[in-house]
Parts: sequence; C-alpha cells; structure tokens
Amino acid sequence: MKSLAELAAIREKMQGKVVLREGSGDIRVVVGMATCGIAAGARPVLNAFVEEINNRDLAGKVTVSQTGCIGICQFEPVVEVFEADKEKVTYVKMTPDKAKEVIEKHIIGGKVIEEYTVSNI
Amino acid sequence: MVRAQVLICGGTGCTSSGSVKLIPEFEAQIAKNGLEDEIKIVKTGCFGLCELGPVVIVYPDGTFYSRVEESDVKEIVEEHLLKGRIVERLAYTDVAADAVVKGNVSLSDTRFYSKQKRVALRNCGVIDPENIEEYIAMDGYAALGKALTEMTPEEVIKTVMDSGLRGRGGGGFPTGLKWSFTAKNQADQKYVVCNADEGDPGAFMDRSVLEGDPHCLVEAMAICGYATGATEGYVYVRAEYPIAVARLQKAIDDARAYGLLGKNIFDSGFDFDLFIRLGAGAFVCGEETALMTSIEGNRGEPRPRPPYPAVKGLFGKPTTENNVETFANIPQIILKGAEFFNSMGTEKSKGTKVFALGGKINNTGLVEIPMGTTLREVIEDIGGGIPNGKKFKAAQTGGPSGGCLPASLLDIQIDYDNLVAQGAMMGSGGLIVMDEDTCMVDIAKFFLEFTVDESCGKCTPCRIGTKRLYEILEKITSGNGTLADLDEMENLCYYIKENSLCGLGQTAPNPVLSTYKQFKDEYIAHVVDKKCPAGVCKSLLSIVIEADKCKGCTLCSRVCPVGAISGTVKNPHVIDQSKCIKCGACIEKCKFGAISKK
Repeated sequence: MKSLAELAAIREKMQGKVVLREGSGDIRVVVGMATCGIAAGARPVLNAFVEEINNRDLAGKVTVSQTGCIGICQFEPVVEVFEADKEKVTYVKMTPDKAKEVIEKHIIGGKVIEEYTVSNI
Repeated sequence: MVRAQVLICGGTGCTSSGSVKLIPEFEAQIAKNGLEDEIKIVKTGCFGLCELGPVVIVYPDGTFYSRVEESDVKEIVEEHLLKGRIVERLAYTDVAADAVVKGNVSLSDTRFYSKQKRVALRNCGVIDPENIEEYIAMDGYAALGKALTEMTPEEVIKTVMDSGLRGRGGGGFPTGLKWSFTAKNQADQKYVVCNADEGDPGAFMDRSVLEGDPHCLVEAMAICGYATGATEGYVYVRAEYPIAVARLQKAIDDARAYGLLGKNIFDSGFDFDLFIRLGAGAFVCGEETALMTSIEGNRGEPRPRPPYPAVKGLFGKPTTENNVETFANIPQIILKGAEFFNSMGTEKSKGTKVFALGGKINNTGLVEIPMGTTLREVIEDIGGGIPNGKKFKAAQTGGPSGGCLPASLLDIQIDYDNLVAQGAMMGSGGLIVMDEDTCMVDIAKFFLEFTVDESCGKCTPCRIGTKRLYEILEKITSGNGTLADLDEMENLCYYIKENSLCGLGQTAPNPVLSTYKQFKDEYIAHVVDKKCPAGVCKSLLSIVIEADKCKGCTLCSRVCPVGAISGTVKNPHVIDQSKCIKCGACIEKCKFGAISKK
C-alpha cells in the first residue's frame, strides 16, 4: 500500500458490498415475492432493481427487500416504494424495464410515474 | 447482483453450537432454488448474543434468527430469501417496548442491543473477518493512513492521551501516557506487544475481537508502533483460541500482501511487522512482565518492576504493552478524534467497555456499554434478568482478581474508580451474575482454588499464602471453622496483597476480602451456626423429609444412589444421615415438595 488513494479505491469498490448490512436506506423498495408474485415474474423485477441501484451507486440510499402477498394477486408483480415523510407508492404489473424507469424517474427524479401505480387501474 | 446477505456467526460460541454446519446447508439450499447470484453468505465474528446461538442475520431487512438448526435452513431459504416471508418461529422477538413489530425486528431495537454502544466491537458480526477488503470498506486502515501521512508521532500520542482511553486489561492505566513513556526512551529497537492472553474464567471479549475483527488489532498495533518508534510487534495469544489464532494469522498475512505491514507503509518510510506467539495457557502470563519473559522463550514468571517495560521490556528493549480491547479502540480514536471517544463515559473513565456476561443470567454473551451505565441496566435490561424468577444476589467483576457487588450496589455506575471503591475491579471485563442459590464463601473458594493452581511459585507470599488461605476457606466450608479463623483469614489476605511480587498475588485475595466485606453474615453463619444459608456447602447441610408432606410413594428411595432412604409404601420415609451424600436426587424426584435442604 503506497498511498491513501489506493486504500480509498478499495474502499469505494467494496462499500457497495457491505452497505447492505447498514440497513437504513432513506428509500425502501419492496417487491412482492409471494407465489403469485413469483409466478407473475417478480424475480426478474427484483433483480432489475438491485442491479440498477448498484449500477447507479444508490446502494447507500435505497434498500431493496421483499415481502409476501399483499392481496392484489391479479396485479402482480407489485412493487411498493416507501420514503420517509411521503406517502407509499404502489406500482403494479411491473416488468424489469418499468423497474429501470421507476429508478430513473421516481427514485432519482423524485417524480412518481402515475400510469404504473395501482390508482390508475 | 447480490440483493441479500446472510450473515452467519462464526465465533467460538456459535461454532460450538453448530453454526459451521449451517454454511454448506445454506449453500446447498440457495443453489437448489437458483439464488446463487442473488444471495451472499458471509461468515462473521461474534454478534454477542451467544446464549441464542447459532445466530443468523439476513440483510437488508436485518432479521435476527436465533438458535438456527440445520433443518431450519430450508425454510429460511424458501420462505425468507425466495418469497420474502420472515420465518417468525425463528425470529428473535424480545424488543424494546415501543418497537414491537413481531418477527421483523431490527437488531438495534432489541433490548439486548439498544443500550449498547459498539466501538471496540463495531465490526464484530458485521464483516467477514477473513476478508481484508471488507475491513477496508468499513474505513479499515484509514486511521493508519491518516496517522502515517498527516500526523506526527507526537500528535498521535496526544490524540490518544486526550481521548482519555485507559488500559482495558484491568489496571486502567492511561494508554496515551504509557505510549509517551516508550516514545521518550531512545533505543536501536523498540517493540509493541499485545496481551491477548485472556485468562480470567468467563472472560472472552479479546477472543471475540480477534475472531471478529482481527485487522483492527493489526492496524492499531501499527499505529502504536509509529507513535512510539517501534518497528516490530508481537501478539501473545492463548493456544486455546484456535479460531482466533488462525484468523489473526490470515489477517497478518493479508496485511503484508497489501503492503499494510512491512517496509515503507503508505510511502511514509515507516516499517512495521507483526508476529504471533502462542501462550500455553498459564494465567500468570497475562501479567505483563511474565508475558514478555514467555515471549523471550523462558519460563513465564514475572520480574520485579521497575524497570518498567517502557524502559526495559521485551528482549531488554523499550516496549509498549496493551490489551486487545485497548488496541481495538485506537483506530476509531485516530479516525474520529479524541472528542468522539471522550464524549462517552464518566469523568475519569471515558469511552465504552466490553463485558462478558455470564452465570445466572438470561442473555449470556458479550456486551459493550458506555462507561457509567449502571449495573442494573446491564443485568436487567441488556442481560434480560435472572432465569427462573430467582433473586439477584451479587455480580462478580474482574475474575480471580476482582470482587463482588451485592444487590445494594445495583445502581452503581460502572467505571474504573467506582468499582475499586467497592472492593471490586474492572479487570478484563468478566461479569458473572449470581442468584440466591450461590454461596459466597464457596465462590471465594472457587476463585482462590484457581489462583492457587495458577500461582507461578516464584514468590513465597503468593505460592504458600494462597494455599494457606485456601485451606482456611476449606475449613470454614466444611464446618470446622472458628471466629479466630476469620480473623486469621483477613490478616493473611492483607499480607499476601502487600508482599506478592506481581499482580496475580497482589489481587488474589480480593475475592475473599470483598465477599467477606459484603457478605460477612454468611461467613459467620458458616462458622458459628454451622449452616450454609444458600444450601451449597455439602458438609453443612442435611436433607430431610417432612413426614406430614410425604405420601410414601417410594420414588425417593428408588432414586437414591446410596440407599440412604428407607420406608414402606404409603408411610413417611426417612433419610439415614450417616449414609446420605447430599446429591439432591431425591429433592428433584419428589412430587410433593416434601424433601428439602436444611
């Protein structure tokens, strides 16, 4: 180890891998992963979220987790976005592409994509 | 891309309750469900709640699973990792009153963790101790980098001094001051020594740091080397800690490979290297001069001080010796500044202290609390109280060198000076809780038996004095003691304390003196009434059957191993005291509560 920069480079590289354990992201993305969700394709959606969040270095800010069935099986895959002091947003009939869009417009841009939400069905 | 991590405790506590078997099972189940790319398994160090091991934590939710068995793994993988449903029957649910969300409890909200403050143990149970890059990700080696590139050795020592850190091995000597002594002495070679010879019965905090965060020790010792002008360090660790030794060796090897040990670290011109020496488990080798004698390859016996190690230590050179937990605080102090550390704790005891909670307490394990936390908080809140509804009697701190704190001192604020004022001591941090069924004379005898065994024999007051003291206690617990024996016992205690060569002998009588001070009535009961109030000392109790409660079921006479109980069916039974060995088997068997110790 010859310089602080070298150390910092390793830290940067690894931080994404341990940040999961700090637990407290400001934003929580919860994917419904009950049997109904999985059957409707929730796995690729979940993975798309995880991947996109890592690609965009958002792991310290956003936590992705799963939950069970929330009772609207016909609209699966269902994704809920929780943010402190804001109302929960529920997206339905999600796909990996929609997931990327949600990250871009909602998580980063702060604008809810109304057409994908449950209230628009 | 990894979306969830499964942390499995690989500390000694959980390893012995079977955590190692869980790892291949998790791997198999995860593979079976095709989740290999999404879930990562991490073997960590100790989480602290050893009572509930094996412990498994799933992130990002932070779900805390306790007492996980191999057969539970399938359910956790299929339900939680695949479908996101927490397996409630395995989830730890004891939580602070206002955060009851059953089954999905964040670790930090549990009563066990909420009052803790983790500095020395900050990475234990969080990172994979065998992965240097995970340590670096948690700001590891940043303190060493800062010290070497931005600070002079004097500034490092001043920061440690200002932090108020005192030696965590028991003595409580200011660490910064100790470093400054070594720094002042000029020599062609100086050393840093880490005392990891954790010998107190029931203490395992050093082991936990070595197992859970070994790089922290490597980093701290290098910082100490830079501050004091030493280029070589030795870690003296018990051979009884195989996991700790293996992980520390890996940490040293990895640090060398990354250039964090060796020549010209961070291009600063500073060289430092580290070596492990194994101790054979002699208690006296935890004494600093005996430890250095042992590293030198000689029989582990203490030598008179002065000269102190800072002047003439290892191989006759100036040496700084600190305990594992002391070192574990150093990187945080350098990185975050003295104020970070001295803002915690009491006026004269700063920071936090790790205690190994053991004995009659629900949450056996490892806790780190700010100095000044009360004994009551540790026992009732963090420790979860005494099992089976028994009453708290005393807490023993400091192991064989320490003393007892009775129930009247439950609200004592734990710090160095308060404990010493009450005849106990911080020691390395063993905290053994005793309930009403404990005989204090017997406890004193237990600790003394340990020091008699461990006395190295070099000086007479310790070698013969502790033996004679033990014999007096033996006499008292067997019912042959007199009031004159109590006086002689006390005098002998002071004689041993004043005349022994090293800390082992100087503190060996403490358990006797402190129990005699706090529980004099029990000693008197043994000597005058020939009774053991707690019903422990076998020679002083007899087991009797109350005739009016006995239904004559004959169970007791059948279970008695020596045939001491006689009687006929449906008639009260009688115990022949001359045959009874007081094993208590009849008491456990009796369904009518007719048999008791008197």
